[in-house]
Amino acid sequence: MAHDDHPHHHHDHDRGQEPPSDMALRVKALESLLVEKGLVDPAALDAIIETYEHKVGPRNGARVVAKAWNDPAYKARLLADATAAIAELGYGGRQGEHMVVVENTPGVHNMVVCTLCSCYPWPVLGLPPVWYKSSPYRSRAVIDPRGVLAEFGVALPEDVEVRVWDSTAEIRYLVLPMRPEGTEGLDEEALAGLVSRDSMIGTAIVTGPGA
Amino acid sequence: MNGVHDMGGMHGLGPVAPDPNEPLFHEPWEARALALTLAAGAWGRWTLDGSRHQRELIPGPDYLRMSYYEKWITGLEALLVRSGLVTAEELTSGRPAPGAAKTAPPLTAERVAPSLAGGGPTDRISDRRPRFALGDAVRARNIHPVGHTRLPRYARGHRGVVSAYHGAHVFPDANAHGLGERPQPLYQVRFDAAELWGPSANGPGAVFIDLWEDYLEPA
Repeated sequence: MAHDDHPHHHHDHDRGQEPPSDMALRVKALESLLVEKGLVDPAALDAIIETYEHKVGPRNGARVVAKAWNDPAYKARLLADATAAIAELGYGGRQGEHMVVVENTPGVHNMVVCTLCSCYPWPVLGLPPVWYKSSPYRSRAVIDPRGVLAEFGVALPEDVEVRVWDSTAEIRYLVLPMRPEGTEGLDEEALAGLVSRDSMIGTAIVTGPGA
Repeated sequence: MNGVHDMGGMHGLGPVAPDPNEPLFHEPWEARALALTLAAGAWGRWTLDGSRHQRELIPGPDYLRMSYYEKWITGLEALLVRSGLVTAEELTSGRPAPGAAKTAPPLTAERVAPSLAGGGPTDRISDRRPRFALGDAVRARNIHPVGHTRLPRYARGHRGVVSAYHGAHVFPDANAHGLGERPQPLYQVRFDAAELWGPSANGPGAVFIDLWEDYLEPA
């Protein structure tokens, strides 16, 4: 697709070589107005951005998954009351107030979508990627989950049941992926290093360290 | 409302295109758009349901064209004017009206961490007794509300089974419109893929949808 087709979607490799986009100017003007009126505190804006750039992201979810893999009692608590079990690791709050964890098994594969907007478990996965919020994923995840998974390079055996979780309420879903073979000796930190964001949305499989 | 935002089951919207090297924000303005939306929301002049509905009100062709955070900014501008925090003239000029009093923002930098950590739980104590039990067969009602709703079109008229009960939660259809929280039972309902999609369902599967009691009838 030619770059010129999307004047409002400047890509980051172009940053600094072109004038500010319409959106950049529009948001800057809005921020100035709200700051001048005393409606928002610019330091609070910085603190929000800092939180999602450096503190809250998919590493949190990976630690939850690794602990569940390594600690059967924790896994039982996680599947019974995910909000409380996730809070044990210090994660919770906005867009993760009510958590449910769904477990992948040899017979069941789970994947999460929000067909109506972009609901996503922020405290454990951070902010959602563009594809998760995009029309193609939101429209097709429910009607053609296997086709969507194929675009992520995931092919499931035909007899596996695919469960799609549409986040229509304030319940947020996290997928507990299957622990890969050959990871028996790994500690939780090493295990967490194997867990990708997409595996916790359900659009990837976790592979072992040698894969 | 039957808007384009309710896109579950649609065809023709293109391939999913994951970018393995996607940055958290593609441009700095996206980060500011996120932060402005959260910080302005701290005034409590609108609800999360109301802000979702405001984005749904973006005309369909624009909704499909706009980037994610462009939708957020478009929604935020409308909410600011509707709530009276900003006048339409101020939004156009980019300057406070002459003589406008300067206020103190409710969300300070120190309040950001506790505010995000607390979030906004939507479970409520309610004396409304749940009408359905685990395992009950239910049908999503064939309703087409013109306002905000979280009952996706693709589920309407279809039969499912109650697979979990979440307790009473704030009802978005009322809360989005300033009609109060009106908490009511919220269920997780399992719909077999073949029930939703007929012979098009590709392999064994199910879609689980969280649905409020008013969306459901016995089946």
